[in-house]
Amino acid sequence: MKEYSFFPGCSSEHNASAANLETSVQSMCRMLDIKLNEIDDWNCCSASIGYAGGGVIPRLALSARNFALSKQQQGDRDLVATCAACWLSMRETSERLAHEPEVKEKVNIALKEGGLSYEGGIKTRHLVEVLIEDIGWDTLKGKVTKPLTGLKVAGYVGCQTNRPFGVAGDSFENPQYLDRMIELTGATAIPYAKKVACCGGALMFSEQEKSCQLTREIIQCAVDGGADCIVTPCPVCQLNLEVYQGKINQLFGTSFKIPVLYYSQLMVLSWGGSWNDAALHQQVVQPDVLKRFV
Amino acid sequence: MTYDLTFAKEVYENSEEGHWIKMCMQCGVCAGSCPMGFLGAWTHSPRQLFQMVRAGLRDEVLSSTDMWMCTSCYNCIVRCPRNLPITHIIHGLARYASVQGKADPKQSTHHFAKDIFWENIVATGRVGEAALTMKLYFKDGIGEGIKQGLEMKDSALGMLKAKRLKPLPFRGKIKGYPGFKAMLKKAFELENQKEGKA
Repeated sequence: MKEYSFFPGCSSEHNASAANLETSVQSMCRMLDIKLNEIDDWNCCSASIGYAGGGVIPRLALSARNFALSKQQQGDRDLVATCAACWLSMRETSERLAHEPEVKEKVNIALKEGGLSYEGGIKTRHLVEVLIEDIGWDTLKGKVTKPLTGLKVAGYVGCQTNRPFGVAGDSFENPQYLDRMIELTGATAIPYAKKVACCGGALMFSEQEKSCQLTREIIQCAVDGGADCIVTPCPVCQLNLEVYQGKINQLFGTSFKIPVLYYSQLMVLSWGGSWNDAALHQQVVQPDVLKRFV
Repeated sequence: MTYDLTFAKEVYENSEEGHWIKMCMQCGVCAGSCPMGFLGAWTHSPRQLFQMVRAGLRDEVLSSTDMWMCTSCYNCIVRCPRNLPITHIIHGLARYASVQGKADPKQSTHHFAKDIFWENIVATGRVGEAALTMKLYFKDGIGEGIKQGLEMKDSALGMLKAKRLKPLPFRGKIKGYPGFKAMLKKAFELENQKEGKA
């Protein structure tokens, strides 16, 4: 069994917007004999818009508190995130603490007020890195018992799992890992020009029409390419692409009704997991196209 | 005409990652890589904002809404031929404009990010999505809130049905909240010293 320290992030809480990511990730990890040990009493990472209210030190202190708790509870175990924004915030904090002594000193002065300290040493990773580097492509592929043959999937990587840090040594402009994950389940990854385009991120809340314009193009590209569904690793992308389809249809006169899933849901299904193991009962746009594989 | 670098120096010293602006060679790759640029969301690209900083246009830069259009997609960072952390420089300018009282408090992303999102996370230690959404919808009053809620009701019902939204009760505080709050209080003291408004 492989064990990791785990930061689920706010959207993966029970009854939160990415509960389907969390459920399917837990099923996937069970099937791979991976144990994700949740940090007790973690706090929000500040996400992508924490800079406005949090500046530098308060914003970075948020992830630093999680690092300190992880170290206290689980020693040097790698810290794994499933959310793109959480992973990015943790990576950024980790690098700044390592390279900017003044920032590290101030963050520690703040941490001390809460009875904590962090001197570094924990590696922060995205779960897809764990799958690729620690589990390996062959094992992932070897798990498939119900190949998703004939399913056409648009692999939508989005931004923050890809930039600025990147995964698996892939390029920023045309990363391959998500298409490889789709293909290993037996499905077909369609060529997809909007693979790394932006969905608007958190600006879906404050600039809804502009974000819907971006999202519309991403969905349109998948539909034009003949995709049966869109697959992404990111909870913000998933939410923006799936839940706002009604709003997009209303704004632009489109009639989109395409399921938007996580890579973990495809894997669990292709490995013989049930509909509920894959959290396919937790979709807003119903993924009926997958029913033939249960 | 003489160069007046007063504002540029102010930004280099006080705005997060602002000192990198000196390295900008004005190529415009950031402008062409910004997803919001194609939608005409901003008047000045990062490249132009950086040159405006160097030209000393303090009011024009700090009261601009351009920085608040950043979706944090990081395209500009990975494409910048000089490897400047452009996304972070833009976030820094946005924050600096806010701290200096130059950013319109009603600008939608400024208001959402600072007064709704940040307040939401510091209230309990984690994002409470239901409280966040409610506060966002009702920011312009009850009538507007009900209208917004109705517009998004199908999505909200879908989320409820999928067990991905729980309206009540709002989430409680994390266990170590007193320590969390003390940490942030100290962090803001240090931040305010740096930002020059202690």
